Amino acid sequence: VRIVVLTKPVPDPASGGERLGPDGRLDRANSPAVVNGNDEYVLEKALKLIEAAGEGEVILLSMAPANAPDTMRRALAMGATKGVLVTDPAIEGSDTVATTHILAAALKTLEFDLVFAGVDTSDGVAGLVPPGVAALASLPYLSYAATIEPDAAGRSVKVQRITPTGYDVLEAPMPALISGTQALGEPRYPSLKGIMAARSKELTTLSLADLGIDPASVGLEGATTKVVDSRKPEPRGATRVVREEPDEAARQVVALLVERRLI
Amino acid sequence: MGGIWVHGELAPDGSLAKLSTEVATLARALAAETGGTEVTGVVVGTDPSGAAQELARYVPKVLTVTEPLTGDHAAGMIVAERLAALAEANATALRAAPDGPVASHSVFGGKLITESALVTGRGIVTVRPNSITAEPASTAGSVDAATVAASLEQPAVPIVDRIEAASKAASIDDARIIVAGGRGVGGPDGFGLISDLADALGGAVGATRAAVDSGWIPYSQQIGQTGKIVKPQLYLAMGISGAIQHKVGMQTASTIIAVNRDPDAPIADFADMVVIGDLVEVGKALLAQLRARSG
Repeated sequence: VRIVVLTKPVPDPASGGERLGPDGRLDRANSPAVVNGNDEYVLEKALKLIEAAGEGEVILLSMAPANAPDTMRRALAMGATKGVLVTDPAIEGSDTVATTHILAAALKTLEFDLVFAGVDTSDGVAGLVPPGVAALASLPYLSYAATIEPDAAGRSVKVQRITPTGYDVLEAPMPALISGTQALGEPRYPSLKGIMAARSKELTTLSLADLGIDPASVGLEGATTKVVDSRKPEPRGATRVVREEPDEAARQVVALLVERRLI
Repeated sequence: MGGIWVHGELAPDGSLAKLSTEVATLARALAAETGGTEVTGVVVGTDPSGAAQELARYVPKVLTVTEPLTGDHAAGMIVAERLAALAEANATALRAAPDGPVASHSVFGGKLITESALVTGRGIVTVRPNSITAEPASTAGSVDAATVAASLEQPAVPIVDRIEAASKAASIDDARIIVAGGRGVGGPDGFGLISDLADALGGAVGATRAAVDSGWIPYSQQIGQTGKIVKPQLYLAMGISGAIQHKVGMQTASTIIAVNRDPDAPIADFADMVVIGDLVEVGKALLAQLRARSG
């Protein structure tokens, strides 16, 4: 099977190092980046599927600033076969609509049986790109996957979708686009061998011209929304620190619960 | 404003999804703010009438479209993207402005709130669960059937089976009270105390990713970046450090009380009360007092 995995370099949620430009937008080129968490889970699943099949390819597809190869190399070190990066100065400031169009156009240049994506990204948390790309590429869309099982003949794929009360079992013909979560299983750490191998793996760069996309239709100019304000959230009130013995500490907890009518 | 449409999403059992009652409440508030803009609900499904009646408790007019489509939590997003004019994803609030509605979003794990407007004055807003408190309207609206001439190029994905989760754990989605455990709980047995506390408080059990990854508790109970975002009245965090990946899922809880051995844990910066101590000792003392109260 050939699996394309949509991978987004995002600001490292643990670093707190997001840098905002003067216009209030994220300065992606200067924020420490990692592979988006949910994308790592689907990448792990893709790697397991080709390992189990004994053949196949995992192709990373990213749209990001020109420094993204550093982040993509980490995903290649996990075991992906090759990477494709769509990068162009005109892309900066693109919203989810433009991102969807660009990724769908890039997908047309690739051969694949399945497309995987994380259900959302930790920076913007929109979750709109996977269904959008599926719609534009006319691919069946299977979301919130906890399991992904292609049949042996490579003709159809079965997914258990997470629901509030359990799972829906979905089945669709391939090619299809599947979004997944942490329930797919813990991603591997790149091995030293993997890191070495990643250095020489193929990483292709595509520009908007390569995809035949008008630069005016994307970026800030083509955006359907504009940011009018960005601010820090209101801080929560002061924290009461309780250092008393367990019985007394518990009494103070109960007193607060009573005061706030929680019990 | 020209008008506001509300997509009534179906829950797995065919009833109206709770999120749609929140969206409908938000739409009604925006309509009132903009001088009585018309609000119309739309429910699409094989049997949309029950959900449509529920939605009519929130908006003055509901249309039903009977179609063999799949019900999907993400279906709302599919609908949004297909209409192509999509704009504001996962909004936490919506307000009227002279040039059209402005939506708020919580981004970077809640470290920043951005507000954005629709460039063309029209578009689609998706709403983050548990951001708005649903309230029915004072009078119920009408329900009428409608037909649409539409074709999907995108292949439909059938649901071939439904599996009920083996876990009987109470759902954290709408819980008023959540007692959550992290790595500090130490193991699956430790969750017995967490579960007892949840029972005593009439709440549900939540967990951090570390506890779920260790196999101590099912993924359905996970709160945070790759789990669920919750907004309970009370969040009792037992042995949870409060790393950003967890904080993003619970930071809007009304009251946060933490029990942690480490006074420098990040949760001490945003909890209302933090008890420095052993979670088993404090948890047992608290359990005894709660049980004594309820007699």
